[in-house]
Amino acid sequence: MVVPDKRVTIDEIVGEIRDGMTVGVGGWGSRRKPMSLIRALMRSPATDLTIVSYGGPDVGLLCRAGKVTRVVYAFVSLDSIPLEPHFRNARQSGAVEATELDEGMFLLGLQAAAWRVPFLPTRAGLGSDVLRANPSLRTVTSPYGNPPEVLVAMPALELDVALVHMHRGDQGGNGQYLNVDPYFDDLMCMAAKRRFMSVERIVPTEDLLAEGPLQSLRINRLMVDGVVETPNGAHFTECPPDYARDEAFQRAYAATAKSDDEWDVFRRRFLDVSEAEYQAAIR
Amino acid sequence: MTAKDAATRAEVCVVAVAEAFRGDGEILANPIGTIPMIGGRLAKATFEPALVMTDGEAMLVENILPVGVTDPKQQPAKVVGAWNPYRAMFDIVWNGPRHVMMGATQIDRYGNQNIAMLGSLERPTVQLLGFRGAPGNTINDKTSYWVPNHSPKTFVAAVDVVSGIGYDRARALGPLASRFHCLPRVVSNLGAFDFETPDSAMRLRSVHPGVSVAAVVAATGFELVIGATVATTRLPTDEELRWIREVIDPTSLREQEVPNA
Repeated sequence: MVVPDKRVTIDEIVGEIRDGMTVGVGGWGSRRKPMSLIRALMRSPATDLTIVSYGGPDVGLLCRAGKVTRVVYAFVSLDSIPLEPHFRNARQSGAVEATELDEGMFLLGLQAAAWRVPFLPTRAGLGSDVLRANPSLRTVTSPYGNPPEVLVAMPALELDVALVHMHRGDQGGNGQYLNVDPYFDDLMCMAAKRRFMSVERIVPTEDLLAEGPLQSLRINRLMVDGVVETPNGAHFTECPPDYARDEAFQRAYAATAKSDDEWDVFRRRFLDVSEAEYQAAIR
Repeated sequence: MTAKDAATRAEVCVVAVAEAFRGDGEILANPIGTIPMIGGRLAKATFEPALVMTDGEAMLVENILPVGVTDPKQQPAKVVGAWNPYRAMFDIVWNGPRHVMMGATQIDRYGNQNIAMLGSLERPTVQLLGFRGAPGNTINDKTSYWVPNHSPKTFVAAVDVVSGIGYDRARALGPLASRFHCLPRVVSNLGAFDFETPDSAMRLRSVHPGVSVAAVVAATGFELVIGATVATTRLPTDEELRWIREVIDPTSLREQEVPNA
């Protein structure tokens, strides 16, 4: 076996995240988020972060913990709870700055970074207040056609660190998803300088295709610098077929947005604790 | 039909939504929200059988599924025609064969839509969903809207933030950039609306049964184009009511979204 051993610990991963970095988070809304890594990041000293995410509770938690200066997003949602309450509080109090984009522009920004080009052109955004909300966005005139078409030049969303969660992986960083949607986790990895993947289970490389079809091998080890096994690591977001969203826990999390006291209780019990203690506390 | 079986306001809305997809043929009908999904599936079940629709997640399914049933054991087997993860959905959005129906927290006279936030961009008083896909939808695909709570706060003179672009903004972009822009329909709990006017201002297309034109005008924060005679939104047929009540929405989620008037 020649697959390199890139296994790392959760603490080694978040130890690479320094003040002021831009961190991309995989998943979508409240689906297959690398929550064990997000919780570890909340416990770390890192601050002044820019978070780039198809946003869910990853964004809400980090905003609530005061880790975030800017959020780059097209939405922040808990899916079954449409509006993420902690993120709302952070936006409405002015605690975080926003780079609010169209969902497709966001995809093209990641794709541009992954392909190492400065921008990708798109019609999305023309005429809308996405351009007013982001005065640094520019348009580009096509070199072809008469008259030439003017398009939005979506700049590359370059990341310092990417954090993603997959169902299975091997020690070399090959990653596999077993639900219906790969989301944009591969683009997150390719857009980042340092790429870390948590997985439900690390399996021998030769067993990956016993877990799922060829097409489920979405992340290859060229995209990953470190891998860690975190069973139930996406909790409380959904990670089917391994587990569904913990809706009761998510409701309890959302309810803590109403009062500092409730947040403090939640934080002491579930966030100021190790991953092992967290997993024991939610049983 | 007996009086007991008379169509509810929600069911009239479902039919008005379905009518928005009439004539679409073989494109992705992508209604977002409860009554839009019921209406889209009704259109596919009846007069627009070639429509392509999602299961609400990453599959394009050919059979008519009930809304609000997420437990696979409670749900009829999905007849899956294609895989449609988010990345493939963006391909369809940008390729074009799609008619999306979105919600609107605010909508104005030319169909500018806001779902992002209330107040200022820098510091909103109310942070809503964000732009989501509205800018890309409206510049690439047919986009209709569903507003379950028609009032001067939802049908406004000017939206706080433009997520989905209206006809005035499309016109300002010029014919090349705006060539795919099309807002076929707006459906609210009070009536149906379109932009089939000389300057593409919103027109009252029909009032739902039991709603007066004056009530619509009073609930609208801008001047609607209103013809000499205004049609009444048609009632569901018996067949449509069977599809709605027995197949598509057996738990009556529609009545929670629009209480019967």
